[in-house]
Amino acid sequence: MTRILSVLALLLWVSAAGAVQPDEMLADPAAEARARAVSRDIRCLVCQNQSIDDSDAELARDLRLLVRERIRAGDSDTAIRDFLVARYGEFVLLKPRMSSRTWLLWFGPLLLLAAGAAGLAVYFRRRPAAPATEPTLDAGERDRLARLAGEDRP
Amino acid sequence: MRRRLFFLLPLALFAAIALYLGFGLTRDASVLPSALIDKPVPAFSLPGLAPDAPGLDDAALHGGVTLVNIFASWCVPCRVEHPQLMALAREGVPVYGIAWKDKAEDTRAFLAELGNPFRAVGSDGSGRVGIDWGVYGVPETYVIDREGRIRYRHVGPLLPQHVEERIRPLLKELGG
Amino acid sequence: MIVEFGHFALALALVVALVQATLPLIGAARRQGPLMALAAPAALAQFALLALSFLALTQAFVVSDFSVAAVVANSHSLKPLLYKVSGVWGNHEGSMLLWVLILALFGALVALFGGNLPPTLRARVLAVQAMIAVGFLLFMLFTSNPFDRIFPPPPDGNDLNPLLQDPGLAFHPPMLYVGYVGFSIVFSFAAAALIEGKVDAAWARWVRPWTLLAWSFMTAGIALGSWWAYYELGWGGWWYWDPVENASFMPWLVGTALLHSAIVVEKRDALKSWTILLAILAFSLSLIGTFLVRSGVLTSVHAFATDPDRGVFILGLLVLAVGGSLLLYAWRAPTLQGGGLFAPVSREGALMLNNLIMVTAAGTVFLGTLYPLFLEAVDGSKVSVGPPFFNATFVPLMLPMLAALGAGPLLAWKRGDLAGVLGRLRMALVLAGAVAFATLLLTYGQDGYTAALAALGLGLAAWLAGAIAVSVQERAGFGRPGATRRLLGLPRAFWGMTLAHLGLAVAVVGITGAALWQSERVLAMRPGDKAEIDGYRLVFEGVGAHDGPNYRATQGRFRLEDDAGRALATLVPERRRYVVSGMETTEAAIRSTGLGDIYAVIGAADANGAYTVRIYHKPLVPWIWMGAFVMVLGGAVSLTDRRLRVGAPTRARGAAALPADAGD
Repeated sequence: MTRILSVLALLLWVSAAGAVQPDEMLADPAAEARARAVSRDIRCLVCQNQSIDDSDAELARDLRLLVRERIRAGDSDTAIRDFLVARYGEFVLLKPRMSSRTWLLWFGPLLLLAAGAAGLAVYFRRRPAAPATEPTLDAGERDRLARLAGEDRP
Repeated sequence: MRRRLFFLLPLALFAAIALYLGFGLTRDASVLPSALIDKPVPAFSLPGLAPDAPGLDDAALHGGVTLVNIFASWCVPCRVEHPQLMALAREGVPVYGIAWKDKAEDTRAFLAELGNPFRAVGSDGSGRVGIDWGVYGVPETYVIDREGRIRYRHVGPLLPQHVEERIRPLLKELGG
Repeated sequence: MIVEFGHFALALALVVALVQATLPLIGAARRQGPLMALAAPAALAQFALLALSFLALTQAFVVSDFSVAAVVANSHSLKPLLYKVSGVWGNHEGSMLLWVLILALFGALVALFGGNLPPTLRARVLAVQAMIAVGFLLFMLFTSNPFDRIFPPPPDGNDLNPLLQDPGLAFHPPMLYVGYVGFSIVFSFAAAALIEGKVDAAWARWVRPWTLLAWSFMTAGIALGSWWAYYELGWGGWWYWDPVENASFMPWLVGTALLHSAIVVEKRDALKSWTILLAILAFSLSLIGTFLVRSGVLTSVHAFATDPDRGVFILGLLVLAVGGSLLLYAWRAPTLQGGGLFAPVSREGALMLNNLIMVTAAGTVFLGTLYPLFLEAVDGSKVSVGPPFFNATFVPLMLPMLAALGAGPLLAWKRGDLAGVLGRLRMALVLAGAVAFATLLLTYGQDGYTAALAALGLGLAAWLAGAIAVSVQERAGFGRPGATRRLLGLPRAFWGMTLAHLGLAVAVVGITGAALWQSERVLAMRPGDKAEIDGYRLVFEGVGAHDGPNYRATQGRFRLEDDAGRALATLVPERRRYVVSGMETTEAAIRSTGLGDIYAVIGAADANGAYTVRIYHKPLVPWIWMGAFVMVLGGAVSLTDRRLRVGAPTRARGAAALPADAGD
């Protein structure tokens, strides 16, 4: 399915030099910093895995301008994200919001760690404790050990 | 025995992963489902292609089953799908157009060259109305029901099989 | 003619691989020497044939033979020679040929250097390696043949993507593949051990150099790719958690875990089935990565042209290789006997903690990369999992690991004394505290979150460096006579470990600086304008033009001055337009000192003749690449340790004199 814009966007991405243009930037540095931070979490929908802050695509520029417009209008970061999600779906956020659909994602690492730790605990409990001293060898076993070890000493 | 089952765990996990990967091969990763399915058409009001031409607003999309096509003169697949739109319009399906991020004179030239299937065309030069629709490229085609709710979005050019397999049945189902 | 010859060599290699995959295995099962002895010559022959095939393809690219489809799609007569050569692997088909070539290379290396392996093990290792080769050679011959002809041949080619026409990117794939594919031989060793039914210290000894080799190259390959992205893509990012980046990072994480757990097998004869599982897992992740890159299942900046048919084939290979080996594991691993006992707090315990965190980290990256796919399969909804997720989950996992890394190497085997170790590390603790405090002072004024993270990052790096210094001091004993002799007498494996951990500390410093302290200015500048950033000044001197072999460039000249007005450097960023494809790229100008980079990019001019200029100050970023380099150095030094390379040679001579049940 050839979408001309995807191809165009890809070409534009290839030339990417970072993306925010001077004429887009807000005058107030704090507001501009906020706009950049919000933009970094918004996906460029016509790019392969970039944020609108990084992408040169036209749609990315449109969305960057939109974000700044909404900041000037007084929207909070959450309101801006809600605005975009209402139009483009959850897919547009690079940081997935916590919901019944994504709790497995967000808690997954913790669950993995807990499972691994539990595995370790089971492993240690199953085995007898390490002996405090080395078992002793008799003379015959010592000879055999010496022969086996030979030059191969770790 | 339980110990053996434990050793089967990696295999079981892999089997599940392989199934998902197989599923992944059956879809097109680049197509985004619309966030506006079953939601009302966004409120908008766009100017026409000429100072004296009527534009398009959301009111026109209430009261009957309609198609809305997002297009642009610079869009090559839009040319490919245009005959399907002309055919649908000839059959009496109400088709409306939104010219997305396009210069009005270029859009006029495009329609003059290929024919105008649209009952009305709105000119969205800035693309802001497109954003409200969740448009992320052209062409896109939306099916709107009588109550003005978006019921279906087709991304990419409308090929004959898409019209036959998706659009016509849906139009019939909605009573259009 | 040469192209046909290359094609023929490829097909012949498949035949050889089929022989290598079957007969030695039968020979090992039946203890038939002649059949087993087929393995090594077959492996060498396979490598020779694939090398010839690869050379044939390279020749086609170098002479610009446009009757070959791959050359048309990826090359152009005007392209410089280096990129004609790197174009060989800058596309799907050619890179697959490189893949199987390296697969065969590792088989050949085992054939050449594995003389002291027991014949049955060697035969089985080479057989499994050949099985993988059969799969991929079939894949190539049926779906991805680099030697396909195109008729009529066009007058010229489509040119290689300009982004790939870069020295860094020319070397990134081969290095990465040696790592990626190198884990195949470890996988083969694991499968062979399962078939044999025996995993012991000797096996771990044999496996370790191969794991080190693959791991070192993988570290280098990933670092090279990251460095390339940094200087080429124009905004100085160096890691995006892109699916294809993750696809190489996951095997690296598991490979690191494998390196460490193999030590426990070797030293203490414990953790056998876990180590085998890790060996299978590392290469499985390589295979899954190959699938992700070439099947179109995930969108990525890196993905090759996607083709679901190819995806189905690779998925099939994946199911056979990974499913088969995991089945083998489920069947045979329960018979592997556990070995040495140890307390949770001990050197072994610390290595297990490393494993826990590394594998959890790999699992986290896996979860994030594939979650969108899983969710879509379950209920059709699409979500994005981007850098914010990975940064929020991966970083917290690494912090306790860095903390443990300081103390781990000092713990005793079997039963360690943590309190005692921490006492020995007093100086490192003090150093860490001092650095953290100094960082908080330095970052006073920035927001609390950034300051805390910076203090944590630099503090942990200092802790690690201090702990390393203590461990070296304990062994060398500076202050007592003979310190230098003791120092030089330390085993290379110890130096390898020390360097690798030190490299990590250096990289952590770089990552902290890059993530937290970067400054950026975006301006519209005309010649004569000045810009200030972090005490530096950049003066825009003027614009020029420049023609390259296959591009035209606009250059900007900038004079970099310090705050006293002294000239430090001239930066000349470019904006290139490649004549064949029409694509534009930017070449950033970077001035690098040990402490940071000044990075300038010039964009297009607007209607008023003002150019969009982006200037970045990136403190400590070079430390990332320096740290990676030191890590690779550590791996290389470890490889030169004779004990690891030789394996267990005297066994072969002494084994005849021992009773049959000795040592088993």
